[in-house]
Amino acid sequence: MEILVCVKRVPDTSENEIELNRAGNDIEREDLVYSVNEWDNYAMEEAIRIVEKNGGNVTVATVGGEDDEEVLRRALAMGANRSVLISDAAFAGSDGAGIARLLKAFVEKNHFDLILTGAQAEDGAAQVGGMLAALLDYPFAALVDSIELLDGAKLKVSREIEGGNKELNEIDLPCVLSIETGINEPRYVGMRSIQMVAAVEIPILGAAELGIDAASAGKAAAKVHRTDYFMPAASKGAEILNGGRAEVIDRMIELVRAKGGLK
Amino acid sequence: MARIFAYIAHKDGTADDMAAELLAAAKLIDAGSSPTAVVTGSGPQLDSVCKTLRDSYAEIWKVSKAELAYPNAELVRQALVAILPPGCIVLLPHSHFGVDLGPGLSIKLKAASVSDVIAIEGAEGNRLKVVRQEFGGQISTHVWFDISSGAVIQIRPGALKPTAMAPVGGKVVDKSSAVGVLKAGRRYLETVVAESGDVDISKEPVLISIGRGIQEQDNVHIAEELAEAMGAAVSCSRPVVDAKWLPRSRQVGSSGHTVKPKVYLACGISGSFQHLAGIQGNPFIVAINKNPKAPIFQVADVGIVDDILEFLPELTTKIRAMTK
Repeated sequence: MEILVCVKRVPDTSENEIELNRAGNDIEREDLVYSVNEWDNYAMEEAIRIVEKNGGNVTVATVGGEDDEEVLRRALAMGANRSVLISDAAFAGSDGAGIARLLKAFVEKNHFDLILTGAQAEDGAAQVGGMLAALLDYPFAALVDSIELLDGAKLKVSREIEGGNKELNEIDLPCVLSIETGINEPRYVGMRSIQMVAAVEIPILGAAELGIDAASAGKAAAKVHRTDYFMPAASKGAEILNGGRAEVIDRMIELVRAKGGLK
Repeated sequence: MARIFAYIAHKDGTADDMAAELLAAAKLIDAGSSPTAVVTGSGPQLDSVCKTLRDSYAEIWKVSKAELAYPNAELVRQALVAILPPGCIVLLPHSHFGVDLGPGLSIKLKAASVSDVIAIEGAEGNRLKVVRQEFGGQISTHVWFDISSGAVIQIRPGALKPTAMAPVGGKVVDKSSAVGVLKAGRRYLETVVAESGDVDISKEPVLISIGRGIQEQDNVHIAEELAEAMGAAVSCSRPVVDAKWLPRSRQVGSSGHTVKPKVYLACGISGSFQHLAGIQGNPFIVAINKNPKAPIFQVADVGIVDDILEFLPELTTKIRAMTK
């Protein structure tokens, strides 16, 4: 099984408080800790497990700049066989559809049976996987939380739906699946294993290598544009209890009791 | 302005609540618009959905086909592509179904795609300006997009104030004959219903709900002890289930259970919209989180900025001393 996993390097929300920069046009990116998008990490783990069990190769790709190489190296340390950085100055400002068109160009120059993406990234858009599938005319399933190989030509996948229920589907290969967190328990990737792949050459593919018209991606081709960032308007907002911990606890108990939460 | 269509999901013959919110979205995009509802399915259940929608939508397009008895997004997409006019605006819920359908649909319609929209600021010519959130709701963004070749817009459930339903006596147009044989590389097999587990959190009046802030499995007992002292039950947000620290039957949220407690203690929970969607009935929410910018503080009644690993045990000790 030849598997492609599409990953993204994002600011790690468990390590950072996301704040507005002074100009208000972006988040404050100084001193941000970045990591692989959480959903993509589960997709990576799933791909590696499938290949460990059934043979094949895992290729990992990202669209970005040289800083993004670190998530590819981490993926190699995790067990990917090959990685590529899709990067070109012309690609800057791509919207979701632009990213999907770049990935499509890469897929068409290769052969993959299965393509995995994370269900969503830090922007919560949850769209590149579905777009890529539609561009390739491959079947797609979003929010997948289990994958079972039925034979060489199809999979049985479970999708998360409302109320904790699962929707089971049979899907033909090649296909694109967007992967939910919790599908597996991603392995730990230590510094040592990352050092072992430090010297691996990661190919960089630009518009020329992908054989695409640079005008089909990037800001000029984008239909969707983000103009600014702002802090959400505090609606009514919580009444924040201040003071020493003992005092806060007393006040909280009083409030919870008044609402019937304590006898 | 382009014609606006709202795809209405339905179950057991009843239209989804989003029908009113998508109608509101259409009016925000174009105050003068009269959006068309689109429903797909089969049999008498579909007709009963159409009947209820006549009270709010002036026109309802229905596609009735045996293959659409279950809403397989791959088949629904083909049906929509067959009937929708070029350049139209399609509204969908940003739901498990909408996420499955919308992005691919936008490619096939050659339309702009914007998902998880929480507010619509309006259109200037061909530019429509909306509000989205990033980083799990920690920060908002303004986004504009070019609707000159149409758009697929996924609206977050619960974000827009629904339009009051006024009987308009809409007409139902059967578009089934415009759709050929539907066949996709993905076939629906069955739905596996969630197990209810040892405790039914949907019926508990007081919930101690834990999130990522609990940090490790060995800390879960902190919440269990507080729950015991208060006579409450322990529930959680998604990361706790993903890490397998609690079973899925304890998960509150759109992918878990809907709860309706009187009092909800959100402990170390950031407050993603998927989690908040599972909290109904307007409970008294106390949020305890060490990140003062956690979105949960926007919806909580009372907020406490503290580390739950220290705060909860002290709270438990205090309650035990009082109830002894």
